[in-house]
Amino acid sequence: MKVMAQMAMVMNLDKCIGCHTCSVTCKQAWTNRSGTEYVWFNNVETRPGLGYPRTYEDQEKWQGGWELTKRGRMKLKGGGRLKNLMTIFSNPKLPSINEYYEPWTYDYSTLTDAPAQEHTPVARPKSLISGKDLKIEWSANWDDDLGGSTATAHLDPMLAKIADKVKFEFEQTFMFYLPRICEHCLNPSCAASCPSGAIYKRAEDGIVLVDQDRCRGWRKCVSGCPYKKVYFNHRTGKAEKCTFCFPRIEVGLPTVCAETCVGRLRYIGLMLYDADKVLEAASTTDDQGLYEAQRDVFLDPSDPEVIREAEKAGIARNWIDAAQRSPVYALINTYKVALPLHPEYRTMPMVWYIPPLSPVVEVVAETGEDAENKGNLFAAIDALRIPVEYLAELFTAGDVGPVDAVLRKLAAMRCYLRDINLGRDPDASIPAAVGMSEEDMYDMYRLLAIAKYDERYVIPPAHAEQAHALEELSTECSVSEYGGGQHDLFGEGSGVPTPIAVENFQMLQDRQTSDSLSGPENKSGRVNLLNWDGKGSPPGMFPPKDADS
Amino acid sequence: MSEFLFVVVPYLCLATFVVGHLWRYRYDKFGWTTRSSQLYENRLLRIGSPLFHFGLLGVVGGHIIGLLVPESWTDAVGISERMYHVVAVVGGLLAGLMTVAGMAILIYRRRTVGPVFSATTVMDKVMYAFLAVVIVLGMWNTIAGSILTIGGEYDYREGVSVWYRSFLAFNPDATLMAAAPLGFQLHALVAFGLFALWPFTRLVHVFSAPLGYLTRPYIVYRSRDDSRLGSHRPRRGWDRTG
Ligand code: HEM
Ligand code: SF4
Ligand code: SF4
Repeated sequence: MKVMAQMAMVMNLDKCIGCHTCSVTCKQAWTNRSGTEYVWFNNVETRPGLGYPRTYEDQEKWQGGWELTKRGRMKLKGGGRLKNLMTIFSNPKLPSINEYYEPWTYDYSTLTDAPAQEHTPVARPKSLISGKDLKIEWSANWDDDLGGSTATAHLDPMLAKIADKVKFEFEQTFMFYLPRICEHCLNPSCAASCPSGAIYKRAEDGIVLVDQDRCRGWRKCVSGCPYKKVYFNHRTGKAEKCTFCFPRIEVGLPTVCAETCVGRLRYIGLMLYDADKVLEAASTTDDQGLYEAQRDVFLDPSDPEVIREAEKAGIARNWIDAAQRSPVYALINTYKVALPLHPEYRTMPMVWYIPPLSPVVEVVAETGEDAENKGNLFAAIDALRIPVEYLAELFTAGDVGPVDAVLRKLAAMRCYLRDINLGRDPDASIPAAVGMSEEDMYDMYRLLAIAKYDERYVIPPAHAEQAHALEELSTECSVSEYGGGQHDLFGEGSGVPTPIAVENFQMLQDRQTSDSLSGPENKSGRVNLLNWDGKGSPPGMFPPKDADS
Repeated sequence: MSEFLFVVVPYLCLATFVVGHLWRYRYDKFGWTTRSSQLYENRLLRIGSPLFHFGLLGVVGGHIIGLLVPESWTDAVGISERMYHVVAVVGGLLAGLMTVAGMAILIYRRRTVGPVFSATTVMDKVMYAFLAVVIVLGMWNTIAGSILTIGGEYDYREGVSVWYRSFLAFNPDATLMAAAPLGFQLHALVAFGLFALWPFTRLVHVFSAPLGYLTRPYIVYRSRDDSRLGSHRPRRGWDRTG
């Protein structure tokens, strides 16, 4: 047994209102720089829908993740090591910018500069890639709230897998939101695809990071990740990905997306797992067995033997305590309501989801029946095959069994709690119908519905005694020490890597003093309104100020 | 004059090449990348880049054999002059044509595709100018010298190659080069110019050719480097307490 610790997340999809706050705050924190205009480490997709980048889940097309060879061995779906190197000069599976979307801004200055004329001047969209006029035809959230889905949703790769035809007439469809970040996989195919070995998994907390000093821009990780959560910064020529906000996690704070989540639906905690069993579990023959196989890799942090082994492996006592209190462990292993996203990619993802009951509840409510009645809800879960099968395609490689079980638990919780809320006697037969005790059911309700900040986020700080030297707490560095870090001769990314906080500081300064719209002459200041933080004025918004005024 | 051109200049270029790479690696690891432009444009790159690179690998291989392996060695293993010549010319021509075609596509792409053009640095342009001249002169030497035999046959294995080995052995003999046809002289000189530029261009990516990938384990685990937390060293006077 080789015990390792992993920082993991669970999201409760029933509570997501699709507000995109998480995406916007994440972008503000991490990807509001030029070169990453199109990058959303956190994005929220409407499902059914194409996702971002478009149809990323179609692995026959994009070849991300792992597959089993005939002899049952793990192999990168994109090809073995030799093939990977032979296709390095031009990556055949790299999504083009159009699969994400071509980022743009508007030439707002025409609104104020235009001479008096009969018609109101309009601000035209300008591409942030080419600087030219752009016809906006797609973006990261084009099909938000099923907008335009009659035209596009049939291209959703997950819909193609379920037998019944899904209709997109307004009354008959179902919908939910799927917020996504990097999965910080136990068996990351991005790292395995990286020719330089620049992507690594941190031994302490399992966070998967790109070493910016070792990345050589081979852009193989982008196609290697089946979730398409590594992005190519087209200015610096280096890969970037979700960092699980490690500078915050190291000091015990939740990620930005979790901290700012309006629905308070994200849970962060530790999972202990047996590193020796990962490969074997990922090689499970049956796709539908992967969910259980991954659960078997997790260790019970209260088991004395696990504790002993963990201590032997150098995991600190307060980390083991945190693992015992981990809400993520409770949701995945104790209540078994959280499921992995696309276990069939065999990367052993570590951001799990509680599937939404709301598509079912809505249908029942629309019929005028009581949507908090156990009989009605259970019958609806049985009858509504389309949403359930669709969820199963996302979370269990198509096996409806586990999804059914989770939805029943959520339905039972709804009914059981209604009695309590109305002051009636709780009905013990309801939890029993889903194999839970009354106490467990109430505890699960507490965790899902009313858990406070410190119950949702159980994050042991990393070695607080070193904290002053950690990157974001760089009390020893003053911003002024860092020059622009830009040697345009070698390309924009050249120079010494700049700490993130310093980079943001400089960008803000650039932004407040820059005049141009998207011109290459001021690449570092190129922002669109979405990136704008409300301070100063975004470039192009107002006529240029005189240098001395 | 030939001393200067074929001894002093090459050594200066070589020194720049070596020291430049050390400097760049030390101070600009972050800028050490291919700066791939595939995100902007894929259709032309898909053809151009593999053509160029595979062709170039052939060319580099050819140069290694042609320049570094003395004629006496190939004679010793019984490869006749004629056989060597045919293989070298055919192979060289094939690799050369691939390289030229690929490079033409890449340069055309750099110039005409808007986003690629605006991501092109001054250094890229200088680099392509040198690269193109070197490659075209090299092709010319093969075609004019070995096939059309304009200006008489020239056996570079008895001239340029010997000079090159003497150069690498730090015992240079400039007279050999001075006797070579102008095409070869120019090819060598511009190539040394390219070497001097090399560390300051995107060509540094060549030295990161990821051969280690074939043998390393798939998943890399790394501990947080406690000796160097964050992206910079602790300042003088600050001790960590942990
Ligand atoms: C054998 C090791 C090499 C590898 C693995 C390699 C790989 C690459 C890659 C991945 C790119 C980026 C293509 C893109 O997506 O835009 C690239 C570009 C380039 N490489 Fe190489 N390369 C190698 C050797 C060379 C050599 C020996 C040269 C020339 C002396 C060279 C010259 C170039 C040039 C000029 C470009 C820029 C192409 C463009 O976008 O215009 N490479 N290389
Ligand atoms: S989800 Fe994250 S860790 Fe997993 S393969 Fe993709 S980028 Fe790597
Ligand atoms: S902030 Fe929370 S509720 Fe809003 S979209 Fe993101 S995950 Fe959903």
